[in-house]
Amino acid sequence: MQLRFTEADERFRGEVSDWLSDNLAGDFSSIRHRGGPGDEHVFVEERKAWEKCLAEGGWTCIGWPEAWGGKDATIEQQVIFNEEYARAGGPGRVGHIGETLTGPTLLAFGSEAQKQRYLPGIRAGKELWCQGYSEPGAGSDLSAVRTRAILDESTQSWRITGQKVWTSLAHESDFVFVLARTDPAQKAHKGLGFFLVPMNQPGVTIRPITQLTGTAEFNEVFFDEAICGKDDIVGEPGAGWKVAMGLLGFERGVSTLGQQMLFQTELDEVIRIARENGSSKNPALRQRIAEAHIGLRTLRYNSLRMLSGGDDGSLSREAMIYKLCWSSWHRNLGKLAMDVLGPEAELLESEPYNLGRLQSLFLFTRADTIYGGTNQIQRNIIAERALGMPREPRGES
Amino acid sequence: MKFSFTDEQLMLKDSAEGFLAEHAGSGVVRHAMVSQSGIDEALWDKICTEMYWQAILVPEAWGGLGLGLVESVIVLEQIGRVLAPVPIAAGVQSVLALRTVAHHDLAQTLLTELAQGKLVALAHTAARPHWGAAGVEVVATETNDGFILNGEARFVASGHSADALLVVAQLDGDLGLFQVTPDQVGVTLSKTPTMDQTRPMGLLQLSKVTVAAAQCLAQSWRQHLDAVLNLSRILIGAEQVGCAQASLDQSVAYVSERVQFGRTIASYQAIKHKAADMMLKVESSRSLLYYAACVGDEALLGTASEEDLREAAAMLASSAGDAAFFCAGTGIQLHGGVGITEEYDIQLYFKRARSMEAYLGRPDQQREVLATMLLDGDDGHAA
Repeated sequence: MQLRFTEADERFRGEVSDWLSDNLAGDFSSIRHRGGPGDEHVFVEERKAWEKCLAEGGWTCIGWPEAWGGKDATIEQQVIFNEEYARAGGPGRVGHIGETLTGPTLLAFGSEAQKQRYLPGIRAGKELWCQGYSEPGAGSDLSAVRTRAILDESTQSWRITGQKVWTSLAHESDFVFVLARTDPAQKAHKGLGFFLVPMNQPGVTIRPITQLTGTAEFNEVFFDEAICGKDDIVGEPGAGWKVAMGLLGFERGVSTLGQQMLFQTELDEVIRIARENGSSKNPALRQRIAEAHIGLRTLRYNSLRMLSGGDDGSLSREAMIYKLCWSSWHRNLGKLAMDVLGPEAELLESEPYNLGRLQSLFLFTRADTIYGGTNQIQRNIIAERALGMPREPRGES
Repeated sequence: MKFSFTDEQLMLKDSAEGFLAEHAGSGVVRHAMVSQSGIDEALWDKICTEMYWQAILVPEAWGGLGLGLVESVIVLEQIGRVLAPVPIAAGVQSVLALRTVAHHDLAQTLLTELAQGKLVALAHTAARPHWGAAGVEVVATETNDGFILNGEARFVASGHSADALLVVAQLDGDLGLFQVTPDQVGVTLSKTPTMDQTRPMGLLQLSKVTVAAAQCLAQSWRQHLDAVLNLSRILIGAEQVGCAQASLDQSVAYVSERVQFGRTIASYQAIKHKAADMMLKVESSRSLLYYAACVGDEALLGTASEEDLREAAAMLASSAGDAAFFCAGTGIQLHGGVGITEEYDIQLYFKRARSMEAYLGRPDQQREVLATMLLDGDDGHAA
């Protein structure tokens, strides 16, 4: 059991932080600390330029194999990169879906031609991806997707029709990966396909969803006979569920430590305000602030255990609790921030509805316990997979 | 960075788990907890001669295994899981105290004896209600050739069965550390009847007890007491994690058997979600436990600051204290009616969790320690 990084890892850390302080400067200074969750709609053009700058410096896709332009970085190095990136105030990555989801999926399940076609664009920060999983009728129960994919032999292409929802940055993306039904006679996780679909085509319509924050980073995406090539299916028709689930497994949590650095800056801000406005004298708030501090440190050591775990990729117990842990912690931090602010919490920065950072935090963190598997679904997963309790009964679909 | 056990540590965990499963069943616990000593002597003897857990933290120079706090918490987590009726936590606490004065001849003798299985208990507080220096009620007065001790110490872990005691006493505005034996004139040692019967406590009363100068291990021990108590909180944290884990395991086993409305109650989401919340608390406090143990080992080596140790201990005591109580309490609820009977073990864990969370300071008091660090200093907060 060893908490400290090796000297070689620390040298790597120095390399990352030097590069970031040299490059995340000048024109890019304005986007420091921006574009994270709840703030993804801002500075998109600047963040696209930043993604290319990052790519030219060799800092995109560092966990990928060298053959595909990565650095074959170890888990430790990826953790360090994410920590330093967050510490430097690195903006929300417009390329993160491609780098962390599409790329690893193609590396594991994609054909040679698919890798050749799509990996270089992601690595170069030039082609952006978004996610086409959830549908209005398929939220927690993802396997209920109804979007259809029909193979048109005459044009050698797939025609996709249906609706996806909660797609971040859809209007900025070049491609979307879509889970769609290839065989309507099959139900649930059978008869699905995993498709790589260009966004810029007549069959794709995007409609932003305005959230309780007044901003819109999520979208609805409508497919009306949208087209992708016959070869733009990952795996066989009918094997889409396996690919889709594999994709979710690739997020091994290397970015979680970066996420925690972001959380730390939020907690620091709450503590700063508490010290300034005297809330720090309130015994009940003192308890909650201490609890928030403990909770954030717990996330860190949960992550380190998770990342130090077995290399077989199996989901460890600490990995299973991770989403439930951080989402609940973050949501509670939002409420704590409001309580520390007191009456000031209600005052907007300006009309018509410009929220302060902590107000956005308070409102947007209500989404944290819902997206990516609600807290209730997480508890089911823990009970069923970690504790071996009976699975929920399924209704007729 | 490798935040997981080494192969040797995994072996230690597996052997502790296997040994205790075989030798420290519920029957052993229930038999010992109503005995005078509260200890299963045969089990303790077997541990001292075959497993050497009493010697884990004793440096090799004095016949110990020379291992660290990580290894100690690995064993204590398993002890807490079965509520093994052996005075290992008390002994380890004394080893920690003696290591602060390891240059002293008497300390070396005691460390050697501890490694051989003798029980030395630390009597440090009357806990009215303070557990730290402010709670020390024994007073030492210096004489020409030694000291006179007066006063009492309560909640002395396994104290009434001890072969020797380390007594913390007020001395000239600081604290002294003395060795006292139960047979000395003026020493009264008795068992304290406690609500939790699985963790026996003693009461030490000292009336004009004369101790020789050679029995004084330290005269300015105040700062060491803080460090020893923080390290002790990590040991307790290990038992709390074990206690929380056992409460979860026993509850899941019970609800998986119990049938109502034609199905096991484990199949109801209301029950599953409670169990999931229990596991979340178990694993979270376990992560903090391993972190705190690493910090504890660094503190023993002098590479972690007092502040880091205090912070780690307070975070763990808050988290593991709450986890053990939550899991045992929820465990009773999941057991339904039988949860409140004497027959089922979950009640033993509930009482143990309550006793441990209060020992050395409640979780809310630990959070106040952290709040002081975060909110009251001049220089912002701890990193």
